[in-house]
Amino acid sequence: MIPLSWYLGLSAAVFCIGLYGVLGRRNAVAILMGIELMLNAVNINLVAFWRYISPALVAGQAFAIIIFAVAASEAAVGLALIISIYRSRSTVAAEDIDLMKW
Amino acid sequence: MQPELLTWLIPLPPLLAFGLIVLWAYRSNRLSHGLAVGAMTVSWAMAMAVFVIALGRQHLGETPIASAIDWIPTGATALRIGVLIDPLSAVTLFFVAWTCLAIFVYSIGYHNFGKPRDDHDRPGLPPHAGGIEPMYARFFAFISLFAFGMLTLVVSDNLLLLFIGWEIMGLCSYLLIGFWYGKEAAKQAMVKAFMTTRVGDVFMLLGLAALYSVTGTLNYRDILYNEGVLHTLATTSSGILGLSWSGLIGLLLFLGTVGKSAQFPLHVWLPDAMEGPTPVSAMIHAATMVSAGVYLAVRFFPLLTAGWHEGEALTLPMTIVAAVGAFTALFSATIAVAQNDVKRVLAYSTISQLGYMVAAVGIGAYVAAAFHLITHAFFKALLFLGSGSVIHGMEHGVHATHAHLDAQDMLNMGGLRRRMPLTFVTFLIGGLALSGFPLITAGFWSKDEILAHAFGTGQLIVFGVLALAALLTAFYTMRQITLTFLGAPRTPAASQAHESVTTMTAPLVVLAIFAVAAGWIGIPEDFLGLHLPFGNWFHAFVGGTLLEHPPALPFQWSPLLTSVAVASLGLLVGWWVYRRVPAGGPDPLVRALGPIHTLLRRKYYIDELYDVAIVRPAYWLADQVSYRWIDRGLIDGFLHAVARVALRIGSGLRQGFDLPIVNGFGDLVGNSVKFGGRALRYVQTGRIQGYLVIGLLFTGLLLSYFLLIRP
Repeated sequence: MIPLSWYLGLSAAVFCIGLYGVLGRRNAVAILMGIELMLNAVNINLVAFWRYISPALVAGQAFAIIIFAVAASEAAVGLALIISIYRSRSTVAAEDIDLMKW
Repeated sequence: MQPELLTWLIPLPPLLAFGLIVLWAYRSNRLSHGLAVGAMTVSWAMAMAVFVIALGRQHLGETPIASAIDWIPTGATALRIGVLIDPLSAVTLFFVAWTCLAIFVYSIGYHNFGKPRDDHDRPGLPPHAGGIEPMYARFFAFISLFAFGMLTLVVSDNLLLLFIGWEIMGLCSYLLIGFWYGKEAAKQAMVKAFMTTRVGDVFMLLGLAALYSVTGTLNYRDILYNEGVLHTLATTSSGILGLSWSGLIGLLLFLGTVGKSAQFPLHVWLPDAMEGPTPVSAMIHAATMVSAGVYLAVRFFPLLTAGWHEGEALTLPMTIVAAVGAFTALFSATIAVAQNDVKRVLAYSTISQLGYMVAAVGIGAYVAAAFHLITHAFFKALLFLGSGSVIHGMEHGVHATHAHLDAQDMLNMGGLRRRMPLTFVTFLIGGLALSGFPLITAGFWSKDEILAHAFGTGQLIVFGVLALAALLTAFYTMRQITLTFLGAPRTPAASQAHESVTTMTAPLVVLAIFAVAAGWIGIPEDFLGLHLPFGNWFHAFVGGTLLEHPPALPFQWSPLLTSVAVASLGLLVGWWVYRRVPAGGPDPLVRALGPIHTLLRRKYYIDELYDVAIVRPAYWLADQVSYRWIDRGLIDGFLHAVARVALRIGSGLRQGFDLPIVNGFGDLVGNSVKFGGRALRYVQTGRIQGYLVIGLLFTGLLLSYFLLIRP
């Protein structure tokens, strides 16, 4: 059976890729996609821990499903915001959206 | 209604009228005088009811109409005020109510009610062409308050309430003398009257305080109708001038009388008070205020004479009172001889008659003093109101002839009997009463009683002085009547004068009836050695006020003959000397008396003397010492020094503490916040990814701390 650490390694890799996407990409849609990756990395973690440490309980799966729901609603709200910004400013580049600057 | 309650209510309607006029009714002249006269009529009716009840009560002296309440609590006890109607206050109430009512009604006509307002008249000046008085409502408000003061004084059962009424009248006399405040003379007269009476009032207040501290009460009955208290007061020494307490207090209270009743040496205010409207002169100088002074003296007769018995030699306080009274009577009678102003003659005659009463109190003639007080109030009110009517008629004449002459100068009058018959007849009755015309007039009976008492008790000096004063009184009264009413008019204005309106003449007629009839209540029983079928009602009634009823003296011929002789002689000579004074001619006495006449005309230079001796030093003291030295130098200097010290301390604190420490701290806080914010604002880039990096960094740091350093 594949050891737990492999899953954790995969999860960490996906999280880091997502983090890089969030911090490094200019396009706001890409940033949103990075966030999805990070959330799913967490899901991998949760499911792996559930399976290897306490498979009798249902908590791990429940957490994973809640995160799906959160991820879906976040994507919906985030995209709506981005579309709204695009309509008013004709751009989705994150560094151009700096109205709150000093 | 109970007589006690009725007595409480007597003074209140005029006070109510005063308040209503001042606050509400002053816009309407008709409403104002309606309120004032109506209120006085109500008071008059209640006073008459109380008087009748008092007459019907047996032994009123022993069981008077009395009622009292606690007023001001003073520790264990309380100052009580109340009302008291004993024989003396009953008769006083009678004449005060009548004269006040007459004067109220007279004022309506005197102030030209019903005439249109003259556009040239200004408030504060008398109307000069017969228009209605500009401050008509104000006058009725003032005299209402005045009547309240007098009625309070009369019904009071204690010295405190009497003093309150006394001071209310002082205030009103000030306001009313200066009613025409646009006249300089009136302004000065009002201040003079107020200041002069104040001198007497201060002593009176001292007497009041002494009386309260010695006896613990101010109630008349507790002091004056109480043999024990009177005996204690008469026998304990006050330690001042060797007087007993009763003598000292009696003299202090008497000084109040001297001020209020214008006795020498405080008489100077009364003649000047003639600047006020004539009803005021009648009110102040006949019916009320000056009577209040004598009323006080008569009221405190038992205290003044405590320890003295009928027939003994006079005590020192009594001697002083008798001397002041007798001297004043003669002194001001001589001045009256040389005055030409119709009201001034009456003013001096008032002082003289008040001197009679005071002298009567001094020689122990209690009943005679009270008797003369009443008859005098009636005939003097009559004379003043009559003179007001004369002046009114003359002013009309002056206005009609466009002449410029003094409407009050008797030398400008003459022959007015044809133009003003009703005024003439009533004035004649008043004048005859004043001079003591035998048998029919009230003045004869009261004056005769004083003279008889002085003669009967062997006070021959007082008797002589008063008889001489009576001679002069008859003389100047006849001089006044002759110059004013008899002969031919000396100026065109006098021939154009006209009779006054009914509201003025009706009070004259009423007062004239009293000026005759008021004397009949006090005819001695054994007059002329006869045995009259009626007793001396007044003596029996008023004598009952005292613990020890004063005995009636037996009839003697000498004082009666003297009295008749001086009155007739004075009247005859007065008529003879002045029967034909030509127009523009001088007073015949000027040639006869020479410099003495000047001395009399200038009132013995007493005003000038007071001016030099008191008024100027007072001004000098006020200006040089009080103002320059004490106020500017001492008080201002002290204040300035305090200010300088305060300024120095203040600036030191500002420089040393406020600016560096308090302000420094405040600025420091402000500046550090400002610079801190300025430095930190660069963090706020507005780039969401930058914030995320910072967040990541700190998360990493925290994680490292908790995972690596504190595992």
